[in-house]
Amino acid sequence: MAETSQGEKPQDESKRDFLYLSTAALAVVGAGYAIWPVINSMNPAADTLALATIDVDISAVEVGQAITVTWRGKPVFIRHRTEEEIAAAQVADMDDLPDPQTDEERTIVPQWLVMVGICTHLGCVPLGQQEGDEKGDYAGWFCPCHGSHYDTAGRIRRGPAPSNLEVPEYVFLDDANIRLG
Amino acid sequence: MQAPPPNFTNPVVKWVDSRLPVFTYLHKEYRGYPMPKNCNYFWSFGAMSGLVLVIMIITGIALAMNYTPHVDHAFESVERIMRDVNSGWLLRYMHMNGAHIFFMVVYIHIFRGLYYGSYKEPRELLWLLGIVILVLMMATAFMGYVLPWGQMSFWGATVITNLFSAIPFVGDSIVTWLWGGFSIDNPTLNRFFALHYLLPFVILGVVILHVAALHVVGSNNPTGIEPKSHHDTVPFHPYMTAKDGFAMGFFLLVYAYLVFFAPNALGHADNYIPADPMVTPAHIVPEWYFLAFYAILRAITFDVSIPFTGIVLIEAKLGGVIAMFGAIVVLALVPWLDSSKTRSASYRPIYFWFFWILVLNMAVLTWVGGQPAEGVYVIIAQLSTFYYFFHFLVLLPLLGKIERPKPLPRSISEPVLPTGGGPLPAGATAKPMDKA
Amino acid sequence: MKSFLMAAALALGVGVATLPAPAVQAAGEKPTPANQSWSFDGFFGTWDYASLQRGFQVYKEVCSSCHAMHLVSYRHLEMIGFSAEEVAAIADDYWVTDGPDEWGDLYEREALPTDRFASPFPNEQAARAANAGAYPVDLSVIAQARKYGPDYLYAFLQGFRDVPPEGIELRIGQYYNYYYGGAIGMPNMLWPDGIVYADGTEATVAQQAWDVTNFMMWTAEPHLQTRKQAGLGVMIFLIVLTAFLYAVKRKLWADVH
Repeated sequence: MAETSQGEKPQDESKRDFLYLSTAALAVVGAGYAIWPVINSMNPAADTLALATIDVDISAVEVGQAITVTWRGKPVFIRHRTEEEIAAAQVADMDDLPDPQTDEERTIVPQWLVMVGICTHLGCVPLGQQEGDEKGDYAGWFCPCHGSHYDTAGRIRRGPAPSNLEVPEYVFLDDANIRLG
Repeated sequence: MQAPPPNFTNPVVKWVDSRLPVFTYLHKEYRGYPMPKNCNYFWSFGAMSGLVLVIMIITGIALAMNYTPHVDHAFESVERIMRDVNSGWLLRYMHMNGAHIFFMVVYIHIFRGLYYGSYKEPRELLWLLGIVILVLMMATAFMGYVLPWGQMSFWGATVITNLFSAIPFVGDSIVTWLWGGFSIDNPTLNRFFALHYLLPFVILGVVILHVAALHVVGSNNPTGIEPKSHHDTVPFHPYMTAKDGFAMGFFLLVYAYLVFFAPNALGHADNYIPADPMVTPAHIVPEWYFLAFYAILRAITFDVSIPFTGIVLIEAKLGGVIAMFGAIVVLALVPWLDSSKTRSASYRPIYFWFFWILVLNMAVLTWVGGQPAEGVYVIIAQLSTFYYFFHFLVLLPLLGKIERPKPLPRSISEPVLPTGGGPLPAGATAKPMDKA
Repeated sequence: MKSFLMAAALALGVGVATLPAPAVQAAGEKPTPANQSWSFDGFFGTWDYASLQRGFQVYKEVCSSCHAMHLVSYRHLEMIGFSAEEVAAIADDYWVTDGPDEWGDLYEREALPTDRFASPFPNEQAARAANAGAYPVDLSVIAQARKYGPDYLYAFLQGFRDVPPEGIELRIGQYYNYYYGGAIGMPNMLWPDGIVYADGTEATVAQQAWDVTNFMMWTAEPHLQTRKQAGLGVMIFLIVLTAFLYAVKRKLWADVH
């Protein structure tokens, strides 16, 4: 066998190599296309994505009250803030903040604070939603797991958490309804 | 032709190989493994079934991530896969039709073995491992069919598990144990799911043994005579990989046609009706690959008793179960039932015809298994069942004694060399198949 | 030679594959429905969206008073050409049970696009009680759950006869359908101009049956069109790949004598 292939012209050999390489390339591309549906099937399905957006009626939340709703499997804090809370949040000195953000950056209208209620440290749910809860040194939220203190704009002020509580994407549909996601 | 000895230049490969010689092993088993050069495309069905097994495992794992094994949710979760899961419809249709194509390929693989006498000494253990794979495949396919929890799932499971009630004395206890209750219900579905997930990996293990055993004794070939020297063989890679590659391309086309254009053609409409324990469908028919065995099961409609005494030895129900399992047992015993020293049917003038009659008989059994068990169909099933066992238990031992095989070529290369002027393609040595 | 072997292999494969096809139809034999030419048939099958939307209207205004389609969500309707706003408006017309609320009670609310189609009856027992013991089956996958699929459904919907043939006795609440093969607890529900199509199409019985059958085929397999289009690409790719593999095989084996 070896003898015959040695006898062939080099031209022939390069043609042959090209054929082998292109066939191998085709097969690899095919395998890639075939494996993608398997990988993609692990991404959120259509029904999961459809529930990724929810509407919340906030008309019943009085000033000074807060509600917790479930969105994408996580608690979302929606707080109707008092004038004092808004003022406290607005006057905070940027230099005192580990993760500087103004109150305006964190709200659409100052009265309503909407954020994901998951401590940015290790994922516990901070206290502060209920009337009698420990609200921490800054009268906002307090995470009991490792002692992170959040202010009335949900910004981290003291403790191990690296950043402010996350503000989800949301819009006001009208005065009484917001859409999360 | 011989492959060159391993010569690794990549330092990482060298480093690994001197500590764990996986590359030397791969070289020996897949680069150097000598394949008889006259093997025809029927020898590609083994590699194809390996490919289907891999496809089934991959799609199966992806499906399992979205499936819920609970009687209240199973049907819906499958339909959710069909509707909402990304590419879910594709994975499910690939898995569903993969089962069909798996049996097609494996049945051809088995008949190839029967035709060319691939089970004969020294390949008996190889054959037995193959039968073990077949039995595991049947169990896996059966349990997988239950998972969508349609009407056929439920009633197929009911009928097949009830077979075990035919076992004297302990039958009913065994069935209750299989069910984990007093009917097919949630515990049954759960354990079937667990086992359906487990068994493919067991199959994979036995497949590895099957291949290992093959590589010890070497592959059979259309002449049925062992290669005499490296002139009779080609290295597995690249020759067989290229040949198997082409065969697989062809096979994938058939598979893709089923998946994309006829995904439900081989299934039953009734399995899109959610399982209802109160209503049995008018016709419970297993999937096509079980029909031949189902026909044998139903063919035994009579008790076996001692004449004139009325003492029943084996009731019809038990007889059917024995016949069905016996059909696989005789297949496993073929290496010892066949008395002929000549392997290939191409050199056995009488066996050649009986082989094709057996194929025809299997087709008849498959057909009659899908017909109602009444009237003339029962007679046909009984005759076919009788012939099935007659072939293996009487013809195979007998033919070797009375048949005069045609003269065998001296070596695999011989049929080509005398005539051989030009470079004939290797398949040309598979000449005997011209008769078929 | 080689092609012969391939042919034999294929013939055997195909032979085995086609063998079981004659699934059996014994007692209570149903007539074979006529073979219709659907837009979704064949290699190039696509949905007829106008017909699907009309079919949804038929389902909504006629069938859904008894038959559920609990595997389909309102949001799925976007796949047949309704806009998100139209889907929201459609869903808004239905009430679904949700809860429990903070007092632990279940409550009714307007359906959202993410909800499954609202069922006409809360459970099978209620459905039977309201239909003289007959259970109106869920229609989600009915087109796959019946032999001859859409051909059968189309024939069935037009198969009601006022007078049953000799020898078939109808009890109270039973009707005769030729393609069902006997007495059935469902009356004929389609009448000429029984509904007014939103797009102005004349609502003949055949038109309504055609449209709602199209719709039921879609609910049974919403990704059918995607499947066929993907399939064409896959087949073309595999033909090219197989041709390349064949060339490789030929080249390599040219050396083997």
